[in-house]
Amino acid sequence: MRLNRRAFTTAAGLGLAMPLAHAQFRVEISGVGATQIPIAIPKFRDEDKVPHPVSAIIRADLERIGVFRGIDTVALLDETSQPNMAEWRSKTADLLLGGSVMRLADGRFDVRAKLWDVVRNKDVGGQSFVVAPGDLRQGAHRVADFVYETITGEKGIFATRIAYVTRSGKSHSLRVADSDGENGQVVITSMDPIISPAWSPNGQELAYVSFHERQKAVVWAQTIATGARREIAAFRGSNSAPAWAPDSQSLAVTLTRDGTSQVYVVGRNGENPRRVTNSPSIDTEAVFTPDGKSLLFVSDRGGGPQIYRTPVTGGAATRVSYTGNYNISPAISPDGRYLAYISRQGGAFRVYLADLTNPEPNSARALTDSSDDESPSFAPNGRLIMYASRSQGRDVLMTTTLDGKIKSKLVSTTADVRDPVWGPFGR
Amino acid sequence: MIHPKLAGLVAIASLFVAGCASDVKLDDKNAPVESRPAVSGGANGKGVTDSPVASVDLTKGNNADNSAGRVVYFDYDSYVVKDEYRPVLEAQAKALTANKSKKVTIEGHTDERGGSEYNLALGQKRAQAVLKSLTLLGANDSQLEAVSFGKERPAVQGSDEAAYAKNRRAELVSR
Repeated sequence: MRLNRRAFTTAAGLGLAMPLAHAQFRVEISGVGATQIPIAIPKFRDEDKVPHPVSAIIRADLERIGVFRGIDTVALLDETSQPNMAEWRSKTADLLLGGSVMRLADGRFDVRAKLWDVVRNKDVGGQSFVVAPGDLRQGAHRVADFVYETITGEKGIFATRIAYVTRSGKSHSLRVADSDGENGQVVITSMDPIISPAWSPNGQELAYVSFHERQKAVVWAQTIATGARREIAAFRGSNSAPAWAPDSQSLAVTLTRDGTSQVYVVGRNGENPRRVTNSPSIDTEAVFTPDGKSLLFVSDRGGGPQIYRTPVTGGAATRVSYTGNYNISPAISPDGRYLAYISRQGGAFRVYLADLTNPEPNSARALTDSSDDESPSFAPNGRLIMYASRSQGRDVLMTTTLDGKIKSKLVSTTADVRDPVWGPFGR
Repeated sequence: MIHPKLAGLVAIASLFVAGCASDVKLDDKNAPVESRPAVSGGANGKGVTDSPVASVDLTKGNNADNSAGRVVYFDYDSYVVKDEYRPVLEAQAKALTANKSKKVTIEGHTDERGGSEYNLALGQKRAQAVLKSLTLLGANDSQLEAVSFGKERPAVQGSDEAAYAKNRRAELVSR
């Protein structure tokens, strides 16, 4: 469903920082999009009686993706209200979201919401989400998805999950969290490094590199819900950089069993390794294109590291990155159109975005002005990129819109956070 | 290994949520009345979720000590084993030749700049350069394994050239 929007424009360059007051949930969103729909989200009825600030979570979700701008309000409203639209128009709201949250007798939560188009003076739909007792934040994210989907006609990503690695002292923990970085739960903890997590396409498993068991890099896969884990690649030398094929039946990995780091494809249990690249150089960090037919990977065959594309069956590699002499960590958008990667410019490592349909080789552009970006990853609807960066001496997670205009800092934890990767739709 | 209690909880949680399709379209006029299954005691709900996460803890096991062993340092962006390390490597090669059952792992490392995976590959290149030197000096390839920790296990903390120089290294670890 598409609505006519009253375009909202603010003076460009104005920093917009909106701290929302609530324990354990700090939101830092900055930047101004060209067109953001003003939406008012009064506190949900009985929100103060439940463990999470539902309306603040919804607002932060909607602002993070760059399409909406929250309007502060202290109004009291729920999904059964009959709001006075003229009044909300005078508060410059184009949309109004009212709702309630109720703890059911069995411990679950019922999160209800209704969305009004203030401009057209129209109720555009309501939704009720009954969630498990531990999933209240999930309920809020599903309301945010409902709003996003109703207004844009595109699938929302707020109810998806992300994975990242935290490091605190010598302890390394792979965690799964909500899409806003909160509610992180440990998948595995180790006193040795864990790097390069990769979601299986169905969101049930994570592949990752663990150094602990064999005191070297070995690729594992672990079922998130049960903790069951299996070795995928533990050949002589180092085994790293797992990436799942879109059909889940195989993974690309980097092995050094035949000498230098090269890209191989193995079965979902590590069987039948098949070498894909054949160079005397470093070839690593492969990712599948969404059609499963090609791999993008990093190679220093031309001197410094650059990103190349090759058929999964092997064969000639075509260079696809051109900005500068150090380009690594390719991520491809779900529609296959965009390539995000890390480019070194001077001494700074920044997220770059290339439109692969643009034949102009130098058309890629920086999405950030930070200096220590790592590991870009697309949201499953392709509208946000998550990446690791440094802020005030800490490793932090960030999101950016594809135009680079809206940035958000995620995760209010004291641990350093690295290697974010966005999970698929569904849980 | 998943903790048995946790496994039980996960199993209960999946039973508990089974059949509770929870997305209900709110009718404009009538808020729906959903019939919800009665739940027996203990459903206070803490930790019960439709998307459970089971935790694995590797920190309780014994950690191999890899601090012993000899170290070869490298120049910036270099994978060349410098001449000054020839005596170190000759001694290692001699020990390996004398004792064919002796095995050595060569662990390559980089400084902190750049991506994890690319640095892992660069550290591997350093380890392999040392491995090749040892085989040229007479050690058998099957006695050696080159691995990499990339930038993940720095010898010293710090973001200056002094720290970088100490971290660009290969460590020889006897097994």
